[in-house]
Amino acid sequence: MGRILEINGPLVRLELPQTTIGEQVRVGRLGLVGEVIGRDGDTALAQLYEDTAGLRPGEAAEGLGWPLSVELGPGLLGAIFDGVQRPLQAVWEQSGDRIARGVAVPSLPRDVRWHFVPDPARRAGGMLKGGDVLGTVQETESIRHRILVPPRVEGELLELAPEGDYAVEEIIGRVRLADGRIDKLQLFHRWPVRTPRPFRQRDHAVAPLITGQRILDTFYPLLKGGKAAIPGPFGAGKTMLQQQIARWCNAEIVIYVGCGERGNELTDVLESMPLLTDPHTGRPLMERTLLVANTSNMPVVAREASIYVGITLAEYFRDQGYDVVMVADSTSRWAEALREVAGRLGQMPVEEGYPAYLGSRLAAFYERAGRVETLAGDHGSVTLIGAVSPPGGDFSEPVTSHTKEIIQTFWALSKELADARHYPAVDWLESFSGYVKSAAKWWAQHVDPAWESARAEALDLLAASEELQRIVNLVGVEALSGEQRWTLEAAGLIKEGLLQQSAVDAVDSFASPEKQFMLLAALLEIHRQGMKLVRLGAPARRLIQLPLLAQARRWKSQHGSDDLAALQAKRAAIPDAFEPLLQEYASTAAPSVPGEAAL
Amino acid sequence: MKSVEYRTATSAQGGLVVMAGVPGVAAGSRVQLRDHAGRIRSGQVIRTADDAVLVEVFEGTDALDLERTWVRFLDEPFRLPLSRDILGRVFDGTGRPRDGRPPVISADRRDVNGEPLNPAARAYPREFIQTGISAIDGMNSLTRGQKLPIFSGGGLPHNRVAAQIVRQARLLGEASAEFVVVFAAFGASHADARFFQESFEESGVLNKVVMFLNLADEPVIERLLTPRAALTAAEYLAFDLDAHVLVVMTDMTAYAEALREVAVLRGDVPARKGYPGYLYSDLAELYERAGRIKNRRGSITMIPVLSMPSDDITHPIPDLTGYITEGQIVLGRELANQGVFPPVTVLPSLSRLMKDGVGKDFTRDDHPHVASQLFASYARALEVRGLAAIIGAEELSDADRRTLAFADAFERRFIGQGEDEDRSIHETLDLAWELLSMLPPESLIRVSEAELAKYHKGAAT
Ligand SMILES: Nc1ncnc2c1ncn2[C@@H]1O[C@H](COP(=O)(O)OP(=O)(O)O)[C@@H](O)[C@H]1O
Ligand SMILES: [Mg+2]
Repeated sequence: MGRILEINGPLVRLELPQTTIGEQVRVGRLGLVGEVIGRDGDTALAQLYEDTAGLRPGEAAEGLGWPLSVELGPGLLGAIFDGVQRPLQAVWEQSGDRIARGVAVPSLPRDVRWHFVPDPARRAGGMLKGGDVLGTVQETESIRHRILVPPRVEGELLELAPEGDYAVEEIIGRVRLADGRIDKLQLFHRWPVRTPRPFRQRDHAVAPLITGQRILDTFYPLLKGGKAAIPGPFGAGKTMLQQQIARWCNAEIVIYVGCGERGNELTDVLESMPLLTDPHTGRPLMERTLLVANTSNMPVVAREASIYVGITLAEYFRDQGYDVVMVADSTSRWAEALREVAGRLGQMPVEEGYPAYLGSRLAAFYERAGRVETLAGDHGSVTLIGAVSPPGGDFSEPVTSHTKEIIQTFWALSKELADARHYPAVDWLESFSGYVKSAAKWWAQHVDPAWESARAEALDLLAASEELQRIVNLVGVEALSGEQRWTLEAAGLIKEGLLQQSAVDAVDSFASPEKQFMLLAALLEIHRQGMKLVRLGAPARRLIQLPLLAQARRWKSQHGSDDLAALQAKRAAIPDAFEPLLQEYASTAAPSVPGEAAL
Repeated sequence: MKSVEYRTATSAQGGLVVMAGVPGVAAGSRVQLRDHAGRIRSGQVIRTADDAVLVEVFEGTDALDLERTWVRFLDEPFRLPLSRDILGRVFDGTGRPRDGRPPVISADRRDVNGEPLNPAARAYPREFIQTGISAIDGMNSLTRGQKLPIFSGGGLPHNRVAAQIVRQARLLGEASAEFVVVFAAFGASHADARFFQESFEESGVLNKVVMFLNLADEPVIERLLTPRAALTAAEYLAFDLDAHVLVVMTDMTAYAEALREVAVLRGDVPARKGYPGYLYSDLAELYERAGRIKNRRGSITMIPVLSMPSDDITHPIPDLTGYITEGQIVLGRELANQGVFPPVTVLPSLSRLMKDGVGKDFTRDDHPHVASQLFASYARALEVRGLAAIIGAEELSDADRRTLAFADAFERRFIGQGEDEDRSIHETLDLAWELLSMLPPESLIRVSEAELAKYHKGAAT
């Protein structure tokens, strides 16, 4: 037993020999928990996960002997945990509306009995190693929880419980380790959050993560197992985009980490998810989702931990062979928590108060994403999507710039687009994806071989219109040629009819890959048809007046992903809209030289 | 320990006093200092070890004589006594009466720091509050339990806008839920404080208002306590007495500056513009106290007012606020100079909770689409206005000229309204359609074809 020497905000100096850095400590009459972050002789410096008000020098302190760890087993799905994996629903029931300090509620419910079905391949006498599947528990209708041998356990299976109902702490098996010791197996095990869980080897990411958002899937794709960042100033739509991904993406498990953000946003997820169904499985979305919440008013130290709690939970489901998506809103708040701790330790700040190791910490965190061959020989992935909240919306600040070098997909949100309520406000010029080639293979196989060229065509059109807009802003639209005016108009059509996709539009909130491609192809078709006419001498002015242009902007909201035949019919009818003009100009004009068409 | 007075101060500087030889003092404990003149100052323990205790003194450390300063550790956090009797009262920044009436006596005394609300206990705010101001109700609507700040600048009429909201705010179809106001001013001028007091008086709500005033010439460090005291009162009224509480706090910039001052004294590492890295968390501790709780009837709706230094929305104070609050109402100098009241710059304004609190079951079916269309059309119109400034209005096409006319009318008639004009949401939406009807129906993509047919004045049906 040691004692408290000094209290300074969340930091306490303890007289506590023989603790190690990272070790959990419990201090004071309230039993507040924290971790050791520094040592000096017989004293340890610890940061506490809860408010230290009322604590006094002289109160008792003890080392717990293990680092911050999470409980991994049935009971995770559908739950909401705080930054150190306390189950907030249970905490609410126990301690009321406000989070009382020192509440100790186990992460996984102890009283629930799960129906365990042993894996038929496991027999007493057989050999076991870490990551092997002992059996399964059907945790929710859509998710079968695989009960894994803890990663570092290896030996002979002495006995395994028969099919039946067990609580997480009951012994379901015993294993004799190489050194002769006997280890007990339960439905759950613990894992330290700052240590990545092991796997056999990294795999290539192959399939795109389908989010149902056109600007993401069609233009800046992300792969299952990939890393993405969403930077943007406040109000640009980071949270909405992450919520859209959490709702509609085709991952099997979604981990939503609210790190230093609003309480109501988590309430929103908690209230809306159970009512929504997964477009890929038809099951309530909450069955595949779990939340980790350290909101902005909760203690900062636990904020730093929450990201690691989230990623460890993600890895655990990956190890069961699932494709997992973790969204973290916002990684900047985590970095700021890191900065606060560094400041208190008196570490030298390098840029904007951040410690020198900011970049390497960020990289190590994102490194835990990836598609892997699991210890059991299965395939699983963790896709990591982090929001970044740059101060003043300035992307050159440390967290954004470091993150940009680590990730492959960058969805840059723009204040200008958001101000005009162009949602999602993903800037089509600033964003990038390093996964286009891999995604193209998938789209060619599953949707349409023309995907890659259509995507490029649309992006070229958008880039060209940006140039033209600059000219217009200088000298007015009259200075443009007919082709240029049509280019501008067609780009407007792409922006409003394709890129804009409202999360609150019941029909268009999610767009299947097929719908995405069909809409893209249709709008490009309009562009081509019009261009043909301009080149035949038709004035851009007359094309712009075609009712088709206003109509096509509404197609996305008129036809859901289950109503593609109607959309296909509209696409097929596009030439009809141009027919009268074609009649008029094909007969009068000799083929004109491109670029010289009259207005 | 409570009754013992120590005279062991070893240093006093910039609001901080170091005490020696007082072992076992609790972190965060409240402190009473008696100076040589017998004046009582109050403070708080911010760092404690057996050999030295650091105390932050709210009234400052000016003219403290260490030899003749007696310090008592009250062994408890800063608490505010609470009862229904706080309604109609005026307190100073630390909760002492400043209206000449006796202190509130109650056994119910609460820690002003509060405790974080469990996210699992929150209820999502969905009830539309009609403020009678079109730019807010129509495009950036407020819901019960929301925190929606006003971003303003020196000389802009934020106080008048806030007062108008307080006067006019009501729930649609609401019968008689108790509605009260908690008003907190820190660093405010006497004139500002008087303006609000008179405004409450005129609208006859004075007995439903609790005020916490820390004025510009009062101790800076006390400002750190003022919003906390006010929010503690608000929580009591909302979640113990079931009232719907509207909290108006002004000016958050004065608060943040006070925080910076103290941080510098404490030697904390600065992040941006000298503000400490924890400014975000500190502001969040205040703003996140707004909201609704499951199974509780009351609510806290919060309207913090802040002036943006040099009208710069990227300054750390508005920036961090915007990252925490559920939107912002931005006032602009340009509109104000043209005589538009309230000068709400709508494009950078935002209500994040609007999407869940307007439309079919709350206001009117077409509301979300109309709002979105107004944003799109006005954004487009501003581009045209920019263009006209370059190439001259004569060079514009007819369509562009109509767009310009729309922008002007929108600013004058939709955004602009009387300070006593209380528009119903239906009036606001009808006015929106009247203005949108200046534009050709085929350019209005954000409203449905059915809505166009029903509401657009020039639509061919
Ligand atoms: N994809 C979208 N569809 C519709 N509205 C959106 C979308 N993205 C953002 N918004 C609007 O913008 C507001 C702010 O978005 P949010 O995601 O909270 O921003 P951030 O997290 O970047 O601060 C939302 O409340 C919503 O009104
Ligand atoms: Mg957000």
